[in-house]
Amino acid sequence: MTHWWTPARAVTALVLVLCAAVPYLAPALDEPFYVIVFARIMIWAIAAVSLNLIMGYGGMISFGHAAYLGIGGYAVAILGFHDITSAWVQLPVAIGLSAVVALVFGVICLRTRGIYFIMITLALAQMVYFLSVSAERYGSDDGLNILWRSDFGTRFFDLEDSVVMYYTIFAVLLGCLLVKWRIVMSRFGMVLRASSSNDTRVQAVGVPTFRYRLVAFVIAGVMCGLAGFLQANLERFVSPDMMNWHRSGELILMTVLGGTSTLFGPVVGAVVFLMLSEILSTITIHWHLVFGPFLVLVVLFARGGVMGLLGSRARHD
Amino acid sequence: MTEDIRNADLVAQGLNKSFGGLQAATDLSVSARRGEIHAVIGPNGAGKTTFVHMLSGFLRPDSGKIKFQGHDITDLSPAARVGRGLARSFQITSVFREFTVLENVVLPVQSRQGHSFRFWRPALNDPTLLEPARALLEEVGLGDRAETVAGHLAHGEQRQLELAIALATRPSFLLLDEPMAGMGPDENRALIDFLGELKTEHGMLLVEHDLDAVFALADRITVLVYGRAVASGSPDEIRKDAQVRNAYLGETQI
Ligand SMILES: Nc1ncnc2c1ncn2[C@@H]1O[C@H](COP(=O)(O)OP(=O)(O)O)[C@@H](O)[C@H]1O
Ligand SMILES: [Mg+2]
Repeated sequence: MTHWWTPARAVTALVLVLCAAVPYLAPALDEPFYVIVFARIMIWAIAAVSLNLIMGYGGMISFGHAAYLGIGGYAVAILGFHDITSAWVQLPVAIGLSAVVALVFGVICLRTRGIYFIMITLALAQMVYFLSVSAERYGSDDGLNILWRSDFGTRFFDLEDSVVMYYTIFAVLLGCLLVKWRIVMSRFGMVLRASSSNDTRVQAVGVPTFRYRLVAFVIAGVMCGLAGFLQANLERFVSPDMMNWHRSGELILMTVLGGTSTLFGPVVGAVVFLMLSEILSTITIHWHLVFGPFLVLVVLFARGGVMGLLGSRARHD
Repeated sequence: MTEDIRNADLVAQGLNKSFGGLQAATDLSVSARRGEIHAVIGPNGAGKTTFVHMLSGFLRPDSGKIKFQGHDITDLSPAARVGRGLARSFQITSVFREFTVLENVVLPVQSRQGHSFRFWRPALNDPTLLEPARALLEEVGLGDRAETVAGHLAHGEQRQLELAIALATRPSFLLLDEPMAGMGPDENRALIDFLGELKTEHGMLLVEHDLDAVFALADRITVLVYGRAVASGSPDEIRKDAQVRNAYLGETQI
């Protein structure tokens, strides 16, 4: 506790500095491609951070979290399709819709636990997925292009500028980490963590846990919806594939890989997961054969994920 | 009898509960007063824990009523009952094993201060939580264990913590389900003294296997056998009751 300088924190600092420096480093290294790679990684990191709030601290393993990526993304694309490009409409719609959907889904699935919870979140997310597949007007399987990024109405903050886009994502990631950190340490976080440890006892000390878990579920949904909003803007494209159940599974893997009950673990997990799949796929087309076993090994032998290996203690890093 | 009920803090009237074919509570009525300890004894499987679950709201009785301080609480959730001052402990230790001892008591302290929809200030930097939590740990003798992870405590200490968590909600009435389960003789004696002190400020329904403890502490005793109250009365009356001897006391050679 007295050692504030731990390997886990060093990695945290390193990753954040790297993220901050990529728009300058990448061109200098003659690898401009890495700017978009890191932008993507950070968006996944935001989504993984949001999942980790409920999964790592609330014990709610949502297998449908990617639905909110899609909801946030489609809010941008569909409004854009109808020539509504103002961010001041798109952003509240993306957030509001994610919140409402998370609220409804939460009311349904939070009455269950364990494997049932996992299956119901998956089923609910698949409903949203099939909704997007069946929306012919909005491109069905082919998805929808986005002509204009969300327009904040000022030339001082223009997402069309790729540097602005990049640092917006970076700032949102930092913001989400800050929010998660405060929430986890707060009274609300106490209830959330306690209910994941022993829900009956939390009720037995006078706390009606359902509503707290529901609010956490909604916060996580909104955070992930925000990631979807950013992803649509970055890629200028949405498709049902954003919320394919594979994506939800990858989010879980990233979180576990990085360290489930650590603050920064999901970010490290996203970086390791996406960089490894990037690198391995350039080495061999059979990269899944290496990647799969690697993930299994980490899950089996490093229960705390990468951050756990680095000696991170829950909550503090 | 009616006078009893009028003065009582906690009243159960005609509770019934069955699990499939098994009748775990049959027409169970008990009234317990503030400032007194009402003990519930009976052999294993008699339905004592089921009774506590019904009183604390974790199980719904099939029929019957529960009143607390004059209000019908039969339909209230467990959490709402705690809000009214009715708290419980568990027979099978139910602490937050990954939390420190201090955090274990901070949560109930936080609960009694109102809702926990506070998202920004760290709970563990908040003196309004830490001070009462630390004071309570001193009171139950866990003061020097505050920073220990609850799962690492010795069994007896976990039992103390179990009780401390219930007390931290500042209840006016306590439902204690075998608080001495698995404790050593010294710890046992200390706990008997402690419960005796608590009695002045709390009503208490004490489910206990240890009959020495029960006869040392109880003002009234109800004997449960197969979900039925076969006897109820003062410790002296219960000692003399032939039915009790046969049904229960004889069985455990006391
Ligand atoms: N949830 C349950 N489902 C089915 N049977 C139960 C349940 N809980 C308790 N029982 C049964 O009810 C009876 C009373 O149990 P319990 O209240 O735990 O007794 P005690 O606490 O007096 O030992 C036992 O026969 C027990 O097996
Ligand atoms: Mg029992």
